[in-house]
Parts: sequence; C-alpha cells; structure tokens
Amino acid sequence: MLPRAGQNFPPALPRRLLIALLAFAFLGVPFIINDYWEKSVLVPFLVWSMAALGLNILTGYCGQVSLGTGGFMAVGAYAAYKLMTIFPALNLFVVVIFAGGITAAVGLAFGLPSLKIKGFYLAVATLAAQFFLVWLFNKAPWFYNYSASGQISAPTRELFGVAITGPTAPPYATYLFCLILVTGFAIIARNLTRGRVGRSWLAIRDMDIAAEMIGISPLRAKLSAFAISSFYIGVAGALFFAVYLGAVEPTEAFGIDKSFLVLFMIIIGGLGSLAGAFLGAAFLTLLPVLIKNMMVGGLGWSPDLVAHLILMLLGALIIWFLIVEPRGLAQLVRVATEKLRRGQLPRKQGPR
Amino acid sequence: MSVEFLNAAEVILNGLMAGVLYSLVALGFVLIFKSSGVFNYAQGVMALFAALTLVGLQTGQVPFAHLINAIFGARLHHWGGGLHLAAAILLTLAVMILLALLVEKLVLRKLVNQPPIILFMATIGLAFFLEGFGDLMWGADIKSLDLGLPSGGALWWEQVTRAWAADGDAYYGMYVDKLDVFAAGIAVTLVVALTLFSQYTKTGRALRAVADDHQAALTVGISLRALWVVVWSIAGMVALVAGVLWGAKSGVQFSLSLIALKALPVLILGGFTSIPGAIIGGLIIGVGEKLFEYSVGPFIGGASENWFAYVLALVFLMFRPQGLFGDKIIERV
Repeated sequence: MLPRAGQNFPPALPRRLLIALLAFAFLGVPFIINDYWEKSVLVPFLVWSMAALGLNILTGYCGQVSLGTGGFMAVGAYAAYKLMTIFPALNLFVVVIFAGGITAAVGLAFGLPSLKIKGFYLAVATLAAQFFLVWLFNKAPWFYNYSASGQISAPTRELFGVAITGPTAPPYATYLFCLILVTGFAIIARNLTRGRVGRSWLAIRDMDIAAEMIGISPLRAKLSAFAISSFYIGVAGALFFAVYLGAVEPTEAFGIDKSFLVLFMIIIGGLGSLAGAFLGAAFLTLLPVLIKNMMVGGLGWSPDLVAHLILMLLGALIIWFLIVEPRGLAQLVRVATEKLRRGQLPRKQGPR
Repeated sequence: MSVEFLNAAEVILNGLMAGVLYSLVALGFVLIFKSSGVFNYAQGVMALFAALTLVGLQTGQVPFAHLINAIFGARLHHWGGGLHLAAAILLTLAVMILLALLVEKLVLRKLVNQPPIILFMATIGLAFFLEGFGDLMWGADIKSLDLGLPSGGALWWEQVTRAWAADGDAYYGMYVDKLDVFAAGIAVTLVVALTLFSQYTKTGRALRAVADDHQAALTVGISLRALWVVVWSIAGMVALVAGVLWGAKSGVQFSLSLIALKALPVLILGGFTSIPGAIIGGLIIGVGEKLFEYSVGPFIGGASENWFAYVLALVFLMFRPQGLFGDKIIERV
C-alpha cells in the first residue's frame, strides 16, 4: 500500500559516518550541552525520534495508518506517572520500559479492528483511541492522583545520584538518559525490522492477501506491529512527560496535533526507513525553531503570523514529498551519499 | 407526558439539528470520495476557509493584512466598505472554485494512480496548508458571522410544549434554536438540489457514471479531470454552506475544522459511497451523542461528546465495515 523504501539497502547513512555521529553524541555533546540546546533541540529531537520510530514500524513497515499517536503517548506518560508515584524507589529505566509495556497492551486492544479493516477506515478507528484516551485521562481523577489542577508533574527521581526528572535535573543527564534509550531501541528496531517479524510486516504492507497465502498470519503480524509500535510510542510519551516537559495537561500535550506531527515526521523522513524516522524528527524539530528564530527574533514578526506560515510550509512540504519523493529525506540523503562516494549519479532504483 | 420524556425528546430534537450539520460536512466527503476515490481530509478545513473568506469579504477585511503589515510596516486592517451578503457569497463561491482548480492542477493530477492512503495523507497536508493560509489571509481571531437569520429560542414552541406536560409539573417548555431550524431547512434544500442535479443534468449524470466505473466513463468520452474540478467545486460549495451555518451558530474559529472531523465517524456509519447514508449517519451520530451525554454522561464525568462518535464508529466497523448503506467492500486479487 505504501511506498516501499526497501530494507535500508544501501543504508541511508554510511556506517563510518554513523559511528562518528554516535561517538560525538555520547562523548562530545554531554560536555558542551547547555539548557537552551537541551530544552529546545536535543531532548525534543530524541523524544520525537522515539515516537517516529514507533509509528514508522506500524505505518511504514506494516502499512497500517494510525492517527492515535497522541493518545498512546498519553498512555505512556500516565503509566510512567503512576509508576513513579506508586513505587518511588523504582529505577527510572524500569519505569520507562514498564510504561512502554502498558502502552503496548493498550495498543494491542485498539489494534484489534485492524484485523477486519484497513486504510483510512483504520485511520478513523484509531481516532477513537486518540479522543477516548485523552478524555479518560482528563476525567478519571485516579490517573492524576486527584490533583486539583488535573495536571500531572514528574517528581524528582535520580539515577546514580544525578537527578533525571524534576526541575533540578542537569541538561547532560536528561539528554544522556534519552540518548541511551533511543539508541538502544533503535538498534532493537533495526534487528526487528530485518528479522522474521519485520519481513512479515513488509509482506502484509505490500499485499496482505498474498502474504496470507504464503503462510504469514495477518493476526500475528498486525497485532505484533501494533504492540511494538505502541511500546515505542509509550516510551516516547513517558520521556516526553517525565524528562522533557516535567508537567503536562492531557488535552494540550497529547492532542491530535501530536498524532499528525509524528505522522508528518515519518512521511517527510521516509516511510519504512529507520533513518527516516530520525531525519524526519530532526527536520520537524529544527524547522520551527529555525523559522521562529529567523522571523520572530530576526525580523520581529508576530509569533502567530509565523505559526501560520509554518503550518502552510508544513502542509506544502507534505504534499511535495508525497508527489516528488515518497521515500522521503532518507532517500535524498541516500542519493547524496551515494553521489559523494562514487562521484557520479547512482542508477535510479526503479519507481517503487 | 412526563417531564423526563419531554426532556429526552428535547435532547433528541437538538441532536437532530446538530446531526444535520454533521451530515452537511459528511456530504462533501462523500461527493469527492464517490467520484475520485479521494478521501478528502481537508473538507473540514475547507468549511473553515470558506467561512473565513465570507466573513472577511462581508466585513471588508484586507486579505493578508498581517503579512503586509509585517513586511512593509503598514497598518492595514479594513478597507472600509464591506460587501453585501449576496455579493460576498458569490465571491466566496468563486474563491472555492478557484481552490478546486488549483487542487486538481497542483495535487490530484500529480498523484493519479497512487494508492488511496497516499492521497489521504496528501489531503492532510492540504488541510494544514489551507488552515495556515486561511489564518494568514484573514487572521486567526474568532469572528462572528451575521447572516441576518433569526436566532435564539422559539417562544411559541416553548408555549406549545409547556402545555404537554402533566399538570403540576415544573416544566418550562422545549428549547429549540431558530437558527438550527433554518440550518436544517437549508441543508434539506441543498440535498434535494444535489439529488436533482445528479439525476437530471448532463454533468450530474457524468458524475454518476464516473462514480460507477472510471474506465467505462473514460471510454464514452467523459473527461475525468474536468469532472474532478466540478466535484471539488461542489464540495467547496457544500463546505461553504456547512462552514457558514456552523459559523453562524458558534463563531468562525479553528474548532470548526475539528467539528468537521466528526464527519469521519458519520461516514463510517453511513457508508463512504452513499449520499443518503451521509445524511442518516449524521442524524444518528447527532442524536446518539446527545442522548448518550444526557443519559450516561453525568455518571462518567461528562464531555463524552468528544469521543462517543468515534467509539460508535469503531464498534460499527467491527460488524459492518461498509456502513449502513455503503457498497460492500469486495477485494479481488
């Protein structure tokens, strides 16, 4: 159904460049990071990468479009909040991973309709998850521990004596915490998508009936995609709330605009490409920051005027990518690195 | 009649009125989906855009005033005049037709033969673009739209219904907004006009032919591209009516496009390919969510209107994916 991005082959980023980038991210950035870079660029980038990885597994690899990402992120956030407040001594890594697990269970339940319906029918069905979950977290006081404001705010929790959550957390700690999780789960995603499960997802995406005939169980393929995708999105939601924002209010933080944002990330980055999830997240995290700095800071335009321009630009970009390069930024980068390596144009790899 | 019964009747009546407006937005979806197979997510934003344009023309706003002011340091906002309502409506229609032309030329034509889900995502992009564009052109503040229609409660109806209650009950009559009744009337007129158009005009027949079978329609010499422009123009017109009626009811603002999102469950209920389905689906959702909120809402904290329609659609999908009146979904390999 969706444009095939192949199995990252040839890889969008050459191995050596990737290793250099990772080494810099782990060994260089923590020493030079400051509050501004942490809060407005690096941590949001990592959180959105995590969410985009998750949605890309479901939409890019398994071909099931979901508009419920915001709702599932809310599940991760509230699960993390409940775990952090009920078990104050629980290790933060365990909290985040359990939050992912709980989200996976919820995702599994909302993934059940995918066995009968597909395409935009399914997209509408996932809207039910989006609106119902956000409403639930607004209305059931148990989830926000009966706080008067209806908000949840992350208590301070430490790892190795350094605060990771709460207002006192130093920038390098929150950054490293996110980086470790995102790197780890990106490696797991890479192995998953290349293994048996990943291939069954691709088969379902490309033609579900044919996949069924060669013995792939749509039940297992689709539900595993929903569960694993929701796990990633849940972890992203937990990080978004506990590490990035610190305090959230469900309607605002996890509204349907978040679902669209993540969907746009994977369309622009490249459907069915893990590098695409990162590129898309980087692009859509940096673009508004850059434009805002340029126009609000530089030209002195009013912020809402710039917000409208960003909306227009975003919409136009989506249409442009769908028409001109459905394989997204990942493919553009792939072509560019191939060009650099060979000093010539690569052969065009057949039109999908 | 007991007060409970009368209250429930009032809820149902108001649900029907809200349902009519859902139906109107859903109608735009169905028109485009039947003839071009595109699931147009932007229909709701089109309604918003049309309403914004109408208000802007009617009150005589300078388009892109904010942008011009920001670039040239001017202080524009209104050019004085303001158009008569009829002239403003005609001009808005022209804008919507221009929009249809551009969408066909710049988006649809480039995406011919792509899988439907790609087209769906492209219309999401279109929705974002149009939302930003509309706000940029006319400003994002909430605007009131005055159509010169009567509004407020219908007093005589309150009198009539008060007499229905049993003696001694404290009952003050049913509240029905006059504007809602007018909206329902306009919606019915529009549906009848569309039905006549598709039955008795050449273009209407061509539309139905395309909806039945694209290739057969092409072989008898029907131009698909021209028809797409026609369909998107009609959908733009329906969006204008829906946007204006919603706008007159609750002000022209961004939430208009979110209300339009509710047209999606309406479509699932009614079936994507059926015009009567869109109408009846809209009424069911309108009545259903009001009744649910009235009867169950107080026990679960209220505001269940936010999700009721979607969950109903989800349940419906499990048992009858083609909707009440849609064509059965058949897959061939």
